[in-house]
Amino acid sequence: MSRNGTAGPDVPVQVFTPFRRGVPALRPYLRDMWGRRLFAMELARAELRTANVGTGLGQLWLILNPLLLTFVYYLLVAIIRAKPGGIDYLAHLMAGMFLYYFFSSSVTGGAASIVNSGRLILNTAFPKMLLPLSVVLVSFWRFLPSLLIYALVHMVAGLGLSWNMLWGLVSVACMVVFATGMSMLFATMNVYFRDTRSFLPYCMRIWLYMSPVLWQVDDPEIRVKLGGLISVLEYGNPMFSIIGSWSKSVVYGEFPGWGMFGTAAAWAIGGLALGSYVLLSREREFAVRL
Amino acid sequence: MTSPLSVSVTDLHVTYRVNVDRRPTMSQAVRRLGRRQRIVHEVEALRGLTFDVPQGEVLGVIGANGAGKSTLMRTLAGILPPTRGRVEVHGRVSTLLALGVGFNSKLTGRDNVVLGGLAAGLNREEIAARYDEIAAFADLRDNAIDMPMRTYSSGMYSRLAFAVAVHMEPDILIIDEALSTGDAKFKKKSFDRIKLLCGQARTIFLVSHGLGIIKQLCSEVMWLKDGTVQARDTPAKVVAAYTRWLEVGDEAVATEDM
Repeated sequence: MSRNGTAGPDVPVQVFTPFRRGVPALRPYLRDMWGRRLFAMELARAELRTANVGTGLGQLWLILNPLLLTFVYYLLVAIIRAKPGGIDYLAHLMAGMFLYYFFSSSVTGGAASIVNSGRLILNTAFPKMLLPLSVVLVSFWRFLPSLLIYALVHMVAGLGLSWNMLWGLVSVACMVVFATGMSMLFATMNVYFRDTRSFLPYCMRIWLYMSPVLWQVDDPEIRVKLGGLISVLEYGNPMFSIIGSWSKSVVYGEFPGWGMFGTAAAWAIGGLALGSYVLLSREREFAVRL
Repeated sequence: MTSPLSVSVTDLHVTYRVNVDRRPTMSQAVRRLGRRQRIVHEVEALRGLTFDVPQGEVLGVIGANGAGKSTLMRTLAGILPPTRGRVEVHGRVSTLLALGVGFNSKLTGRDNVVLGGLAAGLNREEIAARYDEIAAFADLRDNAIDMPMRTYSSGMYSRLAFAVAVHMEPDILIIDEALSTGDAKFKKKSFDRIKLLCGQARTIFLVSHGLGIIKQLCSEVMWLKDGTVQARDTPAKVVAAYTRWLEVGDEAVATEDM
């Protein structure tokens, strides 16, 4: 048979060859992802549309969820300390909780994203990275309106405005990048260990207690109580620098310091690199594992 | 002068590892670790396939369960990358594999069609242009297309899946065991549709255990056995040899000159 004939110049030619070192060629992969960015966005939009459809308050739950969570923890801390925290403590708690809620919903949602799309993965060739990405997008869209509520509390607490608050953008950027990485990591892990999804809520809660949401990074009382643990958390827990810098800049209008941002950025980039490597190196097996 | 190539496969090997259990859980992994058991076992689904398919051919693919038919179809569609070898595909591939569309049953049929199209690399205009035809062809009653897919019957699922696959105007259409679904009326409709596509110089891969359908529709048939090409010839010849093998087993066919 003649091998030089082709189906014409306008027909796209695809060549499938083995992956090198188990990872697909990055440049075409990224091009593919960019070409299908609409898919991730449309998936996120559909997810937003269908979430909470059956409930009476509907889309209001997007804001109610983190809000109620904040009040639950405010109450909890007030009871443990036997005195209610000030309104600036409430502001700190709320700011931290909203950002942490973005992180935890990205990760728990991401963990389910690949397993839940089994049929699509079995039938269509597309970059699977889009699935956890779309979950992060959903979580981020839910995070944005909660900022308005924070702004309200910020004003009521009389915390004032400062240019330093803009440093919060750096913290959010680090959080988005880190959450994306973790979302990919847990999405892949969940394909291999379906228990991952059941363990995650507990891990996320412990992680929350280890993070400067209920407590503040500069609180001398906490520093004394935690002792040596605080320096472990400072570098060992990405949330320490990410949420710590977020609270410092947004709630108190301070510059968090380059050290804190350096740690946050390192965690973000490291997390993304790890998560995307794990997903890419395992992606080819998804179609036979689901 | 032969017609231009549509698909060219060279020394294709696909090997993958699968879990012993269907739903991998942590507790089983731990238990197995204690017993030092192997968690996965390796499946050599395809072992060195080489073939070319010219444009416009309707190639039937037959073979026993586990011969590698579905793996081959997934590899041609780019879903499973090869372990070794090379696959060259000219044109856009549309797949109608065993499971069909509707990956998210919470979403409506419409959402699933749009999302499936976007994932397959179409843009919004291309999907909008085909959408009405798809809905008309699937012929779901009572505006079921705008209801969540969890409310669908299995027949409705497969009708929508078939409608999507044939309306994507693919250069290459891959149909894996999907013709046997639906009622008699829809079966006739899908049969006619495939015949129509056959006449449009599109390349079609048809995987089926229904040898009658294969004989009726295909211009050539490939018989896969244990991940290799056992035979490729006219439908009548290959189907006859395959039927004989099913009846009498390996020895008789091995001696026959294919």
